[in-house]
Amino acid sequence: MSIADTLVVLPGRASARLATMRQGLFGSLGNTLITIATSALLLWIVPPLFRWAVLDATWSGTAQDCAAGEGACWGFVAAKFRFILFAFYPPELQWRPLLVMVLLVMLLVVTAQPRFWRRELFVAWPVVIAASWLLMAGTLTPPTVPTNAWGGLPVTLFVWTVCFGLATPIAILLALARRSKMGGLRWVAVAFIELMRGTPMVAILYVAMLILPMAIPGGQLIDKNIRAMIMITLFWSAYVAEVVRAGLQAIHDGQYEAATALGLGYWRTMLLIVLPQALRIVIPGMVNLAIGFLLATSLLAVIGIFDLLNAARASATDPQWLGFYNEAYVFAAAIYFVFCFGGSRYSLWLERYLKRSDRR
Amino acid sequence: MSLARDIVPGRHRPGTFSRLAAWWGPHPTLQAVAIAGLIVVAWLLADNMFATMNRIGVTPGFDFLGRPANFEIGEKSIAFQAGDPYARAILVGLLNTVKVAVLGCVLATMLGVILGVAGLSGNLLLVGLVRWYVEIVRNTPLLLQLFFWIALAKSFPAPRQAISAFDAFYLTNRGVYVPGLVWLGGPASAVVAAGALLAALATLLVILRRRGRLKGRWLALAALGALIAVVLLLAASGVRIGSQTPKLSGFNIRGGYNLTPEFAALLTGLVVKFSAAVAEIVRAGIQSVDRGQWEAARALGLHGGQIMRLIVLPQALRVITPLTTSTYLDLTKDSSLAVAIGYPDLVSIINTTANTTGQSFEALVILISIYLALNLSVSASMNVYNRRVALRSTERR
Repeated sequence: MSIADTLVVLPGRASARLATMRQGLFGSLGNTLITIATSALLLWIVPPLFRWAVLDATWSGTAQDCAAGEGACWGFVAAKFRFILFAFYPPELQWRPLLVMVLLVMLLVVTAQPRFWRRELFVAWPVVIAASWLLMAGTLTPPTVPTNAWGGLPVTLFVWTVCFGLATPIAILLALARRSKMGGLRWVAVAFIELMRGTPMVAILYVAMLILPMAIPGGQLIDKNIRAMIMITLFWSAYVAEVVRAGLQAIHDGQYEAATALGLGYWRTMLLIVLPQALRIVIPGMVNLAIGFLLATSLLAVIGIFDLLNAARASATDPQWLGFYNEAYVFAAAIYFVFCFGGSRYSLWLERYLKRSDRR
Repeated sequence: MSLARDIVPGRHRPGTFSRLAAWWGPHPTLQAVAIAGLIVVAWLLADNMFATMNRIGVTPGFDFLGRPANFEIGEKSIAFQAGDPYARAILVGLLNTVKVAVLGCVLATMLGVILGVAGLSGNLLLVGLVRWYVEIVRNTPLLLQLFFWIALAKSFPAPRQAISAFDAFYLTNRGVYVPGLVWLGGPASAVVAAGALLAALATLLVILRRRGRLKGRWLALAALGALIAVVLLLAASGVRIGSQTPKLSGFNIRGGYNLTPEFAALLTGLVVKFSAAVAEIVRAGIQSVDRGQWEAARALGLHGGQIMRLIVLPQALRVITPLTTSTYLDLTKDSSLAVAIGYPDLVSIINTTANTTGQSFEALVILISIYLALNLSVSASMNVYNRRVALRSTERR
């Protein structure tokens, strides 16, 4: 395209956009009225918020500086940044959770790209999870840090990826059992899935807190975080199983018949023919589920585990910085938002990408 | 004749055993071993738990339900005081959950439908605003939103400096005051009779509609007539119901309804969070109707409202209804986050019960059974509805 073309095209495009804007805002009498009403609403909400967050805000300094100002106290977030991100993890060993976060985010970023969807991923996940665990606990690099001292964003990411990673294989088995001709196992799978899906997550966390220590021999010795992770894994596996089942149902009978005609047994049919296609169909659904799960990890705060949300809340109970809840929550909300909004955009992109590559 | 049919030789259908074997399917022994293994694991866990309970001096069983509960409950729909049995405390919690869930579903639906329609209005500014609302609400945790709402509710001024809107709604640190209908007196039996009469009239109208005797405008007119008649009958029998707006008197606000800060925060949080979900469902449902349907309806000469009511909504509802139902179930389950902000819902009472009696296993069994019963009954009725909708669509075709 030459420069002359660009010059010709650009004004045309701009005026077309302007026309769309005019049509969309003032196209008819009703539309104009809606625009005026919405503008009034925005004028009522936005300026006070903007004044609080930017104009009147105190950007640095101590709690006394903030108390003198009217608006938000971003100096609080700066001062409490370390605590909100890492909670009670020993500050001198902070590089460990930081490295864990980098590892986990890298794992997620790599997993998200279709060109890396190879067998190696099934090795990478357990390896990264094990490495993160060893790093956080410091088993190989003493001093060790007990799980109840873990906190902040690394815990949120860790519980999220580990529980989702462990729940998926269980979920695939559950989905296969629910679709199988074996009545006994099918019934067990249905009962488990319905039990889990019918129960609120808070109740599941209470089971982890109150029942597991009594039921498992030596259960009192197992740490709260690990008990919660066991129950969350089982809980999420029921939800993932239903998504996987939808994928299995979408596979045409001809695929099973062709596999049988080739002389493949049940497991080889599933592993080589059915599951690769079924999982590919449900990946966007799994991404949406994963976003919901990230938000759900905040429930760990209910049983007193210092995940990102609970760390943010606890940061505002520091006697030196008492009561800056709004700032703490806005900061935590921004972190959740970045992950979840990014995830949902990715899910939309992936859906389009998969459709496009199917058509080819 | 019937005799002749009975003596046809051979069996008509497979016997009980072979049907059972067919249901049980392939690999019968393997399955039996696997299930036996699960039962053994469950038995070991249960055995260990009962041993632990015995060691800490707790007798397994549901006897504790009759024992007095020595705690107060801040918010209750039925009378409760410390010393009443645990069973009643749990009932209070259940009613609190039902109260917030039902109100939450109604309000979230109303707000969600408005937002969903606004999102399709075609006005760029409004569409953008709705999209940002939905994205922000959907992508932050409900618990974080609840923490924000409860912090906000507690930061309102004392009643004397209350923030008021239209002199009818008051925001104070003692809760939110809203106007409402109040009972001013009259025989209670008249209300029961009126309720029964109304139910009977409604059933009659539904039956008439099913048979095709009453349609459209006449149906609406008949329903309105029945309602007016019942209200007049109530008034004639001496029942007085008035509306009351809250008013500042002295240091407090009197009249109307008082929503505690915890209830107001929980309700607001649930409504805001789930209105975004409902808005997305409504949008998806209306967009799922093929554009050809709009065009065909317009070609037939229907106008905007008619197209929506007669053509688009009936088809969109097939997508909307099942999704909305599961949203309602999610809302009910998520109302359990009440425990984090101090609203005495079912989970919160069960937690207190478990901590004060040590009967945590039994308490959680009660909790999970209640939620499970609720979920299973709703999904069962949902399946019935889906079957009916599917059936109708094939009949008409």
